[in-house]
Amino acid sequence: MDVLLMDYLPLVVFIGVALVLGLALLVAPFIVAYKQPDPEKLSAYECGFNPFDDARMKFDVRFYLVAILFIIFDLEVSFLFPWAIVFGEIGAYGFWSMMVFLAVLTIGFIYEWKKGALEWD
Amino acid sequence: MVEFWWSYIWPLIVMVAQSLLLLVLLLITIAYILLADRKIWAAVQMRRGPNVVGPWGLLQSFADLLKFVLKEPTIPAGANKGVFLLAPLVTCTLALAAWAVIPVNAGWVIADINVGILYVFAISSLGVYGIIMAGWASNSKYPFLAALRSAAQMVSYEVSIGFVIITVLLCAGSLKLSAIVAAQNGAYGMFSWYWLPLLPMFVVFFVSALAETNRPPFDLVEAESELVAGFMVEYGSTPYMLFMLGEYVAIGTMCAMGTILFLGGWLPPFQVAPFTWVPGVIWFVLKAFFMFFLFAMAKAIVPRYRYDQLMRLGWKVFLPISLAMVVIVAAVLQFGGAVLK
Repeated sequence: MDVLLMDYLPLVVFIGVALVLGLALLVAPFIVAYKQPDPEKLSAYECGFNPFDDARMKFDVRFYLVAILFIIFDLEVSFLFPWAIVFGEIGAYGFWSMMVFLAVLTIGFIYEWKKGALEWD
Repeated sequence: MVEFWWSYIWPLIVMVAQSLLLLVLLLITIAYILLADRKIWAAVQMRRGPNVVGPWGLLQSFADLLKFVLKEPTIPAGANKGVFLLAPLVTCTLALAAWAVIPVNAGWVIADINVGILYVFAISSLGVYGIIMAGWASNSKYPFLAALRSAAQMVSYEVSIGFVIITVLLCAGSLKLSAIVAAQNGAYGMFSWYWLPLLPMFVVFFVSALAETNRPPFDLVEAESELVAGFMVEYGSTPYMLFMLGEYVAIGTMCAMGTILFLGGWLPPFQVAPFTWVPGVIWFVLKAFFMFFLFAMAKAIVPRYRYDQLMRLGWKVFLPISLAMVVIVAAVLQFGGAVLK
């Protein structure tokens, strides 16, 4: 088999075996355990009350904001990965290019901090 | 036919056997790590912890497994059944999948791929999906709120873990986990491992790992005083167990990653006689268990954070510190000559 396949096939096999193991554990109680469902048991838990409206309600926009901020910074990290690997070979030009990039992102970070996007109160 | 057997079927059988071996050993280790967690927690509070099943409670986790399998599985009437059952499977499989690339000794790894650390980073990011799916599919208020919180918490700390990994990569110069360990094999033994030159990042990594795996003091996901049990409220039986299993396997992954990135993986503390006799895998397990001991002690002695404190720590303290450290490490490597290497 070729080299790329031999490198990555074990990974796929491993995930497959892990999936089968998880599936076996997930299915086991549905086969062996005692089952006697009733409407009270199957209703959503709300501290003993009957659940009083749909649970998919509106939620705070700040969670959404955190997700957006995460995307920005995670992309930034993924730009840094290849840069960090070849850091020894790209010299001062590579170093300063990335510093400019980081400086631009830091300005954005300071802006969102001052705007209060990071406040939770 | 013979050629087909030797070049395709036989390697496949070997791969499946290796995967099974690693998974079984991993799950047994996790069973004892779980027990160790309870025992350490108990010891800090001057209790005895589980001590009934087997000698010193050594079989407790296996008894728990049996109990979970025999419990009645319930699926809430309002839940989306497919997603509800898929969520624990996703959590558990993804947590286990990370172990495919973790080298426990020189050459002892299922797949020593070139982008090992990127793979672990990606798999641990996907862990959020299991929680979001569980919270949404349960169609119940507590799981929904907990899933939102959990997702925000996990993504917040992932950013600083990403920067921590970058600083290690700057020093090691490879994405391959075995190469990162090999790069720490310096002249000063354990003092050339990255925990010392990158000490602030080791601390940031440790605390972020606590938050990333929803461990106390950042266990707001299952804050029982306000959200009952978080996104797992509607789960019981083995679906619940798969979440717990996934959580502990993820903790194990974080301990292993801490060992590989900062504590020199399977390297002995000093390259002299009595230390080099011990096999590398023993050193790896000892270091990973040391990391886990720190996790367990943090659980036992640190009070829980409030949610706004948690987000402030992640975005306003760790993010600037780790970003600054990336710049500092890069500058030192660029202008400071061979100080770090």
